[in-house]
Amino acid sequence: MSDPRCEEMRLRLQADLDGELSPAEAAPLAAHLAACDDCRETAAQLGALSARIRAEATRHAAPAALRARIAQAAAATAAPTLAPAPPPPSGWRRVLGGPRERRRLGAGFGVGFALAASLALAIILPGAGDLPGEVVASHIRALQPGHLMDVASSDRHTVKPWFDGRLDFAPPVKDFAAQGFPLLGGRLDYLDGRAVAALSYGRDKHVIDLYVWPQDKPAPAWSGTIKGYNVERWAQDGMVFWAVSDVEDEQLRRFVAMWRAGA
Amino acid sequence: MPRTEALSSTFEQVVLPHLDAAYNLARWLVRDPALAEDIAQDAMLRALQHFGGFRGDGAGADGGARAWLLRIVRNAAYDAARARGRVREVPLDPAGEDDAPGFDVPDPAPGPEAMTALRQDIARLDDAIAALPIELRECLILCEIEGLSYKEIARVTDAPIGTVMSRLWRARQALLRTQAAEAGR
Repeated sequence: MSDPRCEEMRLRLQADLDGELSPAEAAPLAAHLAACDDCRETAAQLGALSARIRAEATRHAAPAALRARIAQAAAATAAPTLAPAPPPPSGWRRVLGGPRERRRLGAGFGVGFALAASLALAIILPGAGDLPGEVVASHIRALQPGHLMDVASSDRHTVKPWFDGRLDFAPPVKDFAAQGFPLLGGRLDYLDGRAVAALSYGRDKHVIDLYVWPQDKPAPAWSGTIKGYNVERWAQDGMVFWAVSDVEDEQLRRFVAMWRAGA
Repeated sequence: MPRTEALSSTFEQVVLPHLDAAYNLARWLVRDPALAEDIAQDAMLRALQHFGGFRGDGAGADGGARAWLLRIVRNAAYDAARARGRVREVPLDPAGEDDAPGFDVPDPAPGPEAMTALRQDIARLDDAIAALPIELRECLILCEIEGLSYKEIARVTDAPIGTVMSRLWRARQALLRTQAAEAGR
């Protein structure tokens, strides 16, 4: 490329490759390329290099735990459904502290909750056969913005028909707004190797997820705590129910009792 | 030019989709996964804090959100590097010896002999890019991987467009030289 014309053309050639060339610049470039073997070679090399970078250079994906933390911070700042009393955004960084400190923060509602949720997510992504862990992981995933509800309605006559045709069974849908557990909505989820119904209920600032699917052999009632989330399981009318939440276990038991009693 | 739909556009819709891009840029700027995660988190929280000031009137289908966020990421990365007193804008050793002690680096750099063998591997492209001086590397990543326009790269890196073009050129020439050296080995 000893020709000074080539020096002049090379950034133009690169701009062409990057889709930045104006039509006015394109014509002189085309004319030059037609006449200059070196620049055609350069163009070919740059094109191949660009294709290789786009195809092979590593694109680092954000870790799931980071995504969960950011989603929680965003949800708590903006979404009234999950956090009716958002702290001022400036508070977030103060509470989170230096980035290094975040890993030491404990549970509690708010940021601690978000962190616990995200850390738990990293730890308990379902191992095979660990259904309670799978249920809790699903609940945590669902708390991320936009994941909680496919159908957002406090009206069970809206939520129940929504499941028609989306599931091979008709999940019972109840609302306990009068008792302080309002129905928030429903969504499809995937647990135990099948599509299941998930219903979301609010309790103060907390969310209770209720997973429902049919089961032939009724599982015995079970309750436990996994990574700080309370879990209750029971069987009713040929279906199995899993309730998951970070509410107090006494609150969750009340919720379960109302469900089992019908309403 | 404030958009009428700005009120209904949320951080989740506008900025969160670019989290991978934010983390990717941080990784390419600092290489240390733990530090990159801190930087990406810091940048996302800064973005969340200042989202009200984002006008969404930039170029591109996303209203410039990606470039806006990546500028914050870049600033956070440079801040972090300055705070650690380890701004090595021209890493001399592509093998990553600039990793601070105490960091858990899951993919330790191979020894010199292994490096020689690996250089023939097509996957060593990452190393060649990582060996570029940071001001060339960031332009290349923003252009080739993140698909930003020259104008957006200029905004993200705080440099004139002419400088961006010349940095891209130098980055590519350096990579072509590395490729040629690999091929001739």
